[in-house]
Amino acid sequence: MNEPHLNRRALLKLGGAALLSAGVSGRLFAAPAGGARFLLVFLRGGYDSTNFLIPYSSSFYYETRPNIAIAKPDPASNTSALALDADWALAPAVRESIGSMYLQRQVAFVPFAGTEDLSRSHFETQDSIELGQPLSGPRDYRSGFLGRLSEVLTGPAHPTSSIAFTDALPLSFEGAAMVPNLSLKNVGKPPFDERQARILSDMYTGHHLEAAVSNGLELRHEVAQEMAEEMSEANRNAINTKGFELEAERMGRLMRDKYRVGFIDIGGWDTHVGEGAAAGPLATNLGSLGRGLQVFSQSLGSEWNNTVVVVLSEFGRTFRENGNRGTDHGHGTVYWVLGGSISGGTIAGEQRRLAQNTLFQNRDYPVLNDYRSVLGGLFRTLWGLSPEQSSRVFAQTSLVDLKLV
Amino acid sequence: MAGERFRSSCVCIACGLLLAGCATRTDLPRASAAPLTAMHRDDTLWLERVSFGLDSASVESYRQLGRERFLERQLHPGETGALPAPIAAEIAALDISHADPAKWLAEVNAQYKVINAMPDGTDKEQARKALNDRGNKLAYEAIRRDLLRAVYSPAQLQEQMVWFWLNHFSVFQYKANLRWLVGDYEERAIRPHVFGHFKDLVMASLEHPAMLQYLDNNQNAAGHINENYARELLELHTLGVGSGYTQQDVQELARVLTGVGINVGDTPKLRPELQRMYVRRGAFEFNPARHDFGPKTLLGHPISGRGFGEVEDAVGLIVSQPACARFVSRELALYFVADNPPAALVERMAQTFMRTDGDIGAVLHSLFMSHEFDLALGTKFKDPTRYVVSAIRFAYDGRPISNTRPVLNWLNGLGEAPYGRQTPDGYPMTELGWASSGQISRRFEIARAIGAGNAGLFDPEDGAAASAAGFPQLSNRLYFEAVEPFLAARTKEALNRANSQQEWNTFLLSSPEFSYE
Repeated sequence: MNEPHLNRRALLKLGGAALLSAGVSGRLFAAPAGGARFLLVFLRGGYDSTNFLIPYSSSFYYETRPNIAIAKPDPASNTSALALDADWALAPAVRESIGSMYLQRQVAFVPFAGTEDLSRSHFETQDSIELGQPLSGPRDYRSGFLGRLSEVLTGPAHPTSSIAFTDALPLSFEGAAMVPNLSLKNVGKPPFDERQARILSDMYTGHHLEAAVSNGLELRHEVAQEMAEEMSEANRNAINTKGFELEAERMGRLMRDKYRVGFIDIGGWDTHVGEGAAAGPLATNLGSLGRGLQVFSQSLGSEWNNTVVVVLSEFGRTFRENGNRGTDHGHGTVYWVLGGSISGGTIAGEQRRLAQNTLFQNRDYPVLNDYRSVLGGLFRTLWGLSPEQSSRVFAQTSLVDLKLV
Repeated sequence: MAGERFRSSCVCIACGLLLAGCATRTDLPRASAAPLTAMHRDDTLWLERVSFGLDSASVESYRQLGRERFLERQLHPGETGALPAPIAAEIAALDISHADPAKWLAEVNAQYKVINAMPDGTDKEQARKALNDRGNKLAYEAIRRDLLRAVYSPAQLQEQMVWFWLNHFSVFQYKANLRWLVGDYEERAIRPHVFGHFKDLVMASLEHPAMLQYLDNNQNAAGHINENYARELLELHTLGVGSGYTQQDVQELARVLTGVGINVGDTPKLRPELQRMYVRRGAFEFNPARHDFGPKTLLGHPISGRGFGEVEDAVGLIVSQPACARFVSRELALYFVADNPPAALVERMAQTFMRTDGDIGAVLHSLFMSHEFDLALGTKFKDPTRYVVSAIRFAYDGRPISNTRPVLNWLNGLGEAPYGRQTPDGYPMTELGWASSGQISRRFEIARAIGAGNAGLFDPEDGAAASAAGFPQLSNRLYFEAVEPFLAARTKEALNRANSQQEWNTFLLSSPEFSYE
C-alpha cells in the first residue's frame, strides 16, 4: 500500500527540478487506466431539498409551504413539478437537465440522508461530514474522508489521483499525502518558466510546504496545457458555456484525462428569506447546478460510464416555510447519485411517509440513511474495497448497499 | 540582454544600502533617515506579529521605545501619532468620510422602489446600473480606507484588530444594501471598540443595520421567527459551537431578538404603552409591535418579556459565560499566536477576560507579553491580508500609493477580499486555510505582480493618465538591516540565482521567511 506513496515522496525529493523539467506533462498526476472515478459535489449552506425533490403526495407539504410550495405535477404546466413516481417529483428548474438524466436512469436520489450531527450549524456540520469520523470520538482535523479514501486507493491495485477544484483545499482531503487544488473558474497562462519554477521549488526543499510548492507550480502548467486544448476546440462548441457549466466542462476534461477522485463545492444555498418556488433564487441555483452536471457528464465522454457523482449538503431545511418565505436550518436532506452506468431512475434508501407526526423534532426530515453508511457502501462497490479498507475510510460504520452501482 | 540585466541588478543589490537613503526616495518618512541599530531576530519577528509587517518607521519606533512601551502605545492608539498627511487627505476626500448611512439607506430604498416600478427597458437598466455603480463605489471606498490605514497607520495593532473584529463579526458586501453600509459598520460599530469591552462590540454590531440585514434579523418578528442571527450570535460571535447551548437556546434568543431591526422611514404609530418601549438610533430600530413579549429561558436563566432590555440582558448573560471568555480568547490567540494555541495561554487570557469584564486591551496585553507568544514567533503563516499588506509596507516603505485597486485585486486573487466572505464564519486564520498547493502557486504569482512592477499603485484612482512604470527596490536598507541577516541559506541561494532585480524581488516575496511571521 505504501510503496507508491514512498515513490512519490522519493520523486518529490528530487526536487521541483526533476518534475518541472521536460515540459511538465503530468507524470506526477497521471492516472493509469482502470478503476472508477468519483466526484463529490458539496452544496454549502444547506440546500432546501424539499423544494428540489418534492414530496408531492404529502398534503402536509402544501399546508406548511403556502407561499413557496411547487405545484403538483401537471403535464400542461412547465412550472409544475416533474413526477418521478407516485410520491416524489422533481423541481421544474432541473426538468431538462437532471430530469432527463433521471429518465435515462443516470440519476438516483436518496432522501432522508444526512448525519447524526444535530448542531444545525453550517460550519460544524460541514466539518463533521468532511471529516467523516465517528461523532463520539475526538475530532482529528488532519483527516478527511476523501483523504483517507485517496490513501486507501493509492496502491498497485487501485492507483488513484485526487484533485480539489477549489481555491482552498477542503477538509475532506486532509490527510492525503498530497492532493493538489485549483479552481477552474478562471485559468490563465502560468506565470513562471521552468527555471523560475525550479528556483522557487528549491527554496522550499526540506520545508514542510515543499510538496505543496512543487505540486502547485506543476499543476498550473498541466492545467494550462489542458486549457490550450479547450481553446482550440472552443469554436466547435455549439453552446457558449459560462459560469458553473464552463467550470464543470473543464472538470470533466481533467477528470477524464488525469484524475480519479474529485471535489467541488458550491455556495449560496442558505435560503432563510425569499427562496422562491418554481422560479427564484433556489430555482436559479438548482438550474445552474443541473446544467453543469449535465455538461460534466458530456465532457467525460465514454468515461462517464465509469464515473459516479454524489451531490450532498450539510443538512436539509425546515419542512415548514418560515416567516420570511424561506426556510431555516433543518436536519435530513436529499443526496443525489449520478453516473453513466448506475442503476438510476429510482428513489433509494430508507423512507418514511411525510406528515407532521413523522417529522424529526416536529420540524425537519429525519435522517434514516447515514451518510457514512451510504458513501462507504458506494465506495466499497466502486473499488471493491476490503472490510479493512472500508473501515479506514469510515471507521465504526455499518455499510449499506443501495444497489445503485 | 540577460547578461546586462544581471549585471545591473548586481549593482543594485550591492548598493541597496546606499540607494535607500538617497535622492531616488525623497518621500521616505523622516524617521528612516536616522541609522537603525541592529535588530535581533526575535525583535523583528515580534514586531512583524504586532504590526502588518516591517517598515522603517515601525522599526525605528520599536528601537526607540523598546518592546513594552511600544506595545503600550499600540494598545492606546491615540499615542501612536497620526496618519501621514497625504494618506489622511486621501481618506478625507472619500464620500464615506462624510456619511450618514441612515440617509443613504433611505435614498437607496426609495430609488429601488422607483426602479422596480419602471417599465422594463433601457431606462430601467441604466437606472439600476447607476445605483449599482454607486453602491460599488461606496463599498470600494470602505476597502480603500481599510487598506490605506493598514499600510500607513502608525497604530498598526489597532488596524490588525479592526481586521480581526471585522472578520469575527463578518458581513458580506453583496447582501441586500450592505455596500452602502460597510464603511459605517467598520468606522462606528467596530473601530471604536477594538480595545474596549467585548459586550460593547457585540451590542454595536447587533445594532448596526449591516449586521441586521446580513443575518436577517430585520425580518425577525413575533410570529415570523427567523433564527439566523440568533444562531450565529451564539455560535460565531460569542460562545462557539459545542459550548453547551442548545437548539432551544437558539430559538429562545431568536424570540428575544424579535423586533430588533431597521427603519429609515417614519416612526410607526404605536399604542402609548408600546410607544414608551420604542427605540430608534439612526437606522436602528427596536419596534415593540414586532416583539414577542412572552417569557423566555436562555441558557437556563429566565428572561421576562419587557422589550429591548431583554436584548441587553441576554447579551450581558451570554458574554459573562466562561465559554465566551474562552472562545474569544482562543480566537485572538489563533490570529496572533499559533494555529493550535497553547491551552494554558488561552486559559490565562480567559481569566483576564472574566476578571476585567471582557476588556480586550487587557486580554491582548496578557497575550503579547506571554512567553508562549515569544516561543511561537516565526511560525505563523501569513493570511493573504497580512501577506499583501506586509509586502507593500516593505516594498514601498512609507511612500504613499495613490491607487489601491491593485491591492484589492491581489486580495481577490488570494481569496481574502475585504467584506467578501459570503458566509458569516469569516476567513480562516490558520495555515490550513491558506497554504494548499493551489493557494501557494497563486501567492507566488502575486509575489511576482508586486515585485516585478509598480502594478499601477501610483496611477490616479480616476483612471487618468498613468504614471511611469517601475518596480520596487526590495534590496533596500530595511532588507539589509532587518531581513537579510536572518535568511536561510536556501533562500539566499535562490536570490543569488535571480536574473534581474524584479526576479530577485519575486523570490524574496515568495520565500519561506516572507511567508511566515
